Amino acid sequence: MDFQLSEEHQLFQNTVRDFADKEIAPKALYYDKNHEFPWENIKKMAALGLLGVPYSEEWGGAGGDTLMYAMAVEEISRACGSTGIILAAHTSLGSAPFYLFGTEEQKRKYLIPLARGEKIGAFGLSETNAGSDAAGTRTTAVLDGDEWVINGSKNWITSGSLADTVIITAMTDKNKGARGISNFIIEKGTPGFTYGKNEEKMGLRASVTSQLFFDNCRIPKENILGQPNDGFRQFMQILDSGRISIGAMALGIARAAYEAALRYSTQRHQFGRPISDFQAIQFKLADMATQLEAARLLIYQSAWLKDKKLPFSKEAAMAKLFASEVGERACHQAIQIHGGYGYVEEYHVERYYRDIRLCEIGEGTSEIQRIVIARLLLRELKNQ
Amino acid sequence: MDLQLTSEQEMIRQVAREFADKELLPTAAHFDELQEFPTALWKKLGEMGMMGLLIPEEWGGAGVDTVSYVLALEEIARGNPALSTAMSVNNSLTCYGIWKFGTTEQKRKYLIPLAQGQKLGGYCLTEAESGSDAAKMRATATLQGDKYLLNGSKMFITSGISGHIYLAFAVTDKTKGSNGISCFIVEKSFPGFKVGKKLDKLGMRASDTTEIIFENCEVPVENLLGNEGEGFKLALQLLDGGRIGIATQALGIAQAAYEFALQYANERQQFGHKIYDFQAIQFMVADMATRIEAARLLVHKAASQRDQGKSVGLEASMAKLFASETAMKVTTDAVQIYGGYGYIKEYPVERYFRDAKVTEIYEGTSQIQRLVIARNLLKSLAGTH
Repeated sequence: MDFQLSEEHQLFQNTVRDFADKEIAPKALYYDKNHEFPWENIKKMAALGLLGVPYSEEWGGAGGDTLMYAMAVEEISRACGSTGIILAAHTSLGSAPFYLFGTEEQKRKYLIPLARGEKIGAFGLSETNAGSDAAGTRTTAVLDGDEWVINGSKNWITSGSLADTVIITAMTDKNKGARGISNFIIEKGTPGFTYGKNEEKMGLRASVTSQLFFDNCRIPKENILGQPNDGFRQFMQILDSGRISIGAMALGIARAAYEAALRYSTQRHQFGRPISDFQAIQFKLADMATQLEAARLLIYQSAWLKDKKLPFSKEAAMAKLFASEVGERACHQAIQIHGGYGYVEEYHVERYYRDIRLCEIGEGTSEIQRIVIARLLLRELKNQ
Repeated sequence: MDLQLTSEQEMIRQVAREFADKELLPTAAHFDELQEFPTALWKKLGEMGMMGLLIPEEWGGAGVDTVSYVLALEEIARGNPALSTAMSVNNSLTCYGIWKFGTTEQKRKYLIPLAQGQKLGGYCLTEAESGSDAAKMRATATLQGDKYLLNGSKMFITSGISGHIYLAFAVTDKTKGSNGISCFIVEKSFPGFKVGKKLDKLGMRASDTTEIIFENCEVPVENLLGNEGEGFKLALQLLDGGRIGIATQALGIAQAAYEFALQYANERQQFGHKIYDFQAIQFMVADMATRIEAARLLVHKAASQRDQGKSVGLEASMAKLFASETAMKVTTDAVQIYGGYGYIKEYPVERYFRDAKVTEIYEGTSQIQRLVIARNLLKSLAGTH
């Protein structure tokens, strides 16, 4: 057992950290304030290969592994949460489905430009009335000759209105409930595919979150992912990996908050001493650091399991649940340590607090994670 | 990074787990009730090599790494937390201290029987009025001819009755503060060594805890461990390993309580369902398992980092803080899941709940761990400027 990162991983981590510090962090406040999509960041990440970290070079990727991907999301999110969610959604949701379930032709056509960062990907699962319960999906796909006809809508889709491809879930067999769902590839500009307005959000305001509408939207027959009615199994697998990246995102944002609080506590003087001299502040910092360390180990462990091709569903759910909850707490405490300044945007921690809140909701709420974990624990008990 | 256990590590865990299942779990309530140290089980642990896991074979130990040690200790704690206290103190403090700082002669005489489980070790640092502030100890050691005379008393000493050999700390030079403290290997049979009354405790009742009184206790000069004045430094160094041990104990306690709670929740029926069907219960269990997993990773990281010869002050404190608070939370919730039965001694969770508490106290309270952690964090920040 060895927790030491390999030289390759250390080098990767340092490279992304330096990049994020220099290129991403300085404009994070600006992008958030202006609700502006950070195109410049996307281009710079693409140039570094960060938009296709876990894919082989054959498919336009950087040839990294899940651990590197998690590190990339962590470091980018530490600099800018919005850019972090764009990276995570693009990779885990927008392009991984092609890598996992796509045909050779689909991979060539869609995965390569996504992995190279020439195009942006999105994934549409949630609807107005179907979130945690995918069986409530109302969007339908009906085969008509050589085309699928899609009708319905999708909600809260990260990068939805600007993505070049969106993979969406739709009912192909209503009688089967969640097991009657299939996944389809929709290209931007397809007739019948339109967008609602971008949502005004609490945090991650530089990322675009869209409502998608499908009105007799016709796509080629071959734009189904894998087999009909296999969509549920597919997106469960997609979400398993996605959870590692949302955990990493929470960790990155929380680390930024913790580091800011640690630094500030040594600079701020009250009662003739830096406030870091007081146990009240020391104990907050100690708890933040301890919990973030534990979160990091949970995330790294699930990434390592996935790379080893071992089961990782339970560990990934634990990592996401734990990292997002202790991370939110750490951001909360970072504001507390900053006092009045913490409530003011210039000091960044209020943004971290707004940004991290999504991590307890997106890609399965904390409640869904607990249900997933409890179910897997029961399965372990029965297998004993 | 490679989190795979070696086959040797797997094997040690398996052996400890089977022993805990067969010998410890069925008897733990009995020894708790009688407040009796399970001497025969300690002897068996000795025969299995569990009392000197980290000590090389030439000195009577099993010669395994720290990761193997924590894997074994977790299983023993899961089976009988009180026995794991004696095991942890013997391994992490007494044996490790003599191995690390002792002379060849001290190792021959004391380490071999301690590591083989023929003798049981203890550790006398805390005093009635000196706990977290260890440097303020009052016990003294005065050189007279070829003997030190120890005077004073020590408090909360694990294995005070069952033990045979102790590392005892005393002031040899009052003018030097913490640099005036020395460490001695003290046999219970030395003249002037007195065992005070057995303390009646909330938990860990099968582990005997006493006051130890030194009244002109005669300790031969050759029993000085390390050099005069090095005692405090030595104690702090031992505590890094000791904290990994306590964290592991807490982990084993939490794991046991979780396993019982999961099992019970799937048997107990209310409102026509097993109670595990209710999200109220599922969520408690999911939180238990998640925190335990996180605690285990912190413990394993500290252990593996120690095996690589790196300093583990920060990691050991984080592991102990998090694991012990996890044990307290998990055992509290396990009692809750058992409901009325959880409050009754026939069911095991109330004992784990009582046993968990001390892991937040001994070998540095949670508050001391937070101070140690914060000091490390602030130091590392200063280092980056």
